Amino acid sequence: MAITVRRPNLSWSERAYLPAILSGMAITLRHLKNMLAGRTKVTMQYPEQKWDSYLPEHYRGAPALVKDERDRVRCVACQLCEFICPPRAIKIVPGEIPLGERFAKVEKYPEEFDIDMIRCIYCGMCEEVCPEQAIFLRKDYAITGLTRADMVHNKEKLIEIGGVMHGLVLKWNEQK
Amino acid sequence: MSATAFLLVTSLLKILGIVFVVILPMVSYSVYAERRVSALIQDRLGPNRVGPAGLFQPIADAMKFILKEDFTPAHVNKFYYWLAPCLAMVPAIMTIAVVPFGSTLFGVPMVIADINVGVLYVFAIASLGVYGIVIAGWSSNSKYPFLGGVRASSQMISYELSLGLAVIPIFLLVGQLRLTSIVRYQIENGWMIAPFLGDPTNVWKWLLTIPMFISFVVFTIAIFAETNRLPFDLPEAEQELAGGYHTEYSSMKFALFFLGEYAAMITGSAIIVTLFFGAWHLPLPWWDHPHGFHWLLIDGSLGGWRGILGGLFNIFVFFAKVAALLLIFIWVRWTLPRFRYDQLMRLGWVFFFEIALVNIFIAALIVAYMPK
Repeated sequence: MAITVRRPNLSWSERAYLPAILSGMAITLRHLKNMLAGRTKVTMQYPEQKWDSYLPEHYRGAPALVKDERDRVRCVACQLCEFICPPRAIKIVPGEIPLGERFAKVEKYPEEFDIDMIRCIYCGMCEEVCPEQAIFLRKDYAITGLTRADMVHNKEKLIEIGGVMHGLVLKWNEQK
Repeated sequence: MSATAFLLVTSLLKILGIVFVVILPMVSYSVYAERRVSALIQDRLGPNRVGPAGLFQPIADAMKFILKEDFTPAHVNKFYYWLAPCLAMVPAIMTIAVVPFGSTLFGVPMVIADINVGVLYVFAIASLGVYGIVIAGWSSNSKYPFLGGVRASSQMISYELSLGLAVIPIFLLVGQLRLTSIVRYQIENGWMIAPFLGDPTNVWKWLLTIPMFISFVVFTIAIFAETNRLPFDLPEAEQELAGGYHTEYSSMKFALFFLGEYAAMITGSAIIVTLFFGAWHLPLPWWDHPHGFHWLLIDGSLGGWRGILGGLFNIFVFFAKVAALLLIFIWVRWTLPRFRYDQLMRLGWVFFFEIALVNIFIAALIVAYMPK
């Protein structure tokens, strides 16, 4: 069924265009005056002002490898994050910890740990799946590079971004 | 120096001065003003990075335009494709030749060509501007530019009429087409927008204000249409025609269209200022003890440094008035939506044409019965 849209009954002044135009111009002039007087809140001026201090606790920025209080990279190269990663951004080469070191024959460690930041979608699955709480999404969001190779974060870069994480829940302690 | 040589040298100096020192910087800075004012109206900041408050933005834009690839599509008609941007820019700058932008400076009248057909020349040259757009639309050989060109030509025909008819009351009053005579008349009898300013006790002058104001409104709206500014920017209509007549243009050729529009705006404002706002005339209130209060006319006819200062002051006043009108152009653009095409035609043919025509009769009646 066709619906007939009724035309609004315009008053004489509305049909004469000019009064409506003038009231429209008064509105834009008010916006202009408010801007000039600094009463309007405008966009943040990005490179000078940043959101960094306002970022919420749950912000998901670049994924990174963290160290514990004893300055040890927590990752044991179990590769769960590599398998769960939806865009397959993570590449891990696991290796044995060399004999003679304290944790030799105890755990594996990642010889290489690359995250391709072009592929990463910041979903946080890697953080969720990690049994060792070794990978966390930090608050870094301005990830830039001039080449594709620049955009791949290697192990050193990931550890640098990650820093030291204190007060981790050591979830296996109860089982020991 | 002979009189001819003197005329040649001064004319050349005036042309160089007005085009390169005043008009072209004014064009680039009206683009900047457009961007800043539109931003402020829309609660944004606009370009504020290049230089203090973004003031060097026009220079950066010019660099960008020069360095961009100048791409000529294979399917265009080369000759007209190259001709069109020139045709868009040239008439806009040529029109300024007859506009009196100041009184006198060092005894030289501040108008490049003081010809007796004045306004007719303006209309003749200004309507050539549409050829740039039409030829661009046609030679681009693709749909959107073609539609833009067609729209421009029909729009020009419907608005040129009311543009011409709207100024006839002024000529009824002045009796001359020469723009300097119109300015002289306004100095002696009050500005055309408000003829009562010349003699507030005269009822006829107040009566004359009505047709003059109607003239002003119709003329200004017609100038908006003539310069393809919103609400009449149907030839370029970004949203419907993807840029309209300049869709196929890039780099400096596009910039010429863009700057041509602003140059046309400046000349349009200059014509409005000359016809209705007393051109360079701005009387200053003065209190002279024995003679009492009176309005002081400043122009270049005074002797010595006062004359030079007066002449410079007049030029400044003229371009200040032009700048004020440009701001109104910008303000209107960022307030009003575009007209639909049938609305535009209806407005041109059914309203403005008739209003301008009736207005001529009203003005003629008043002028006929007004005591001299």
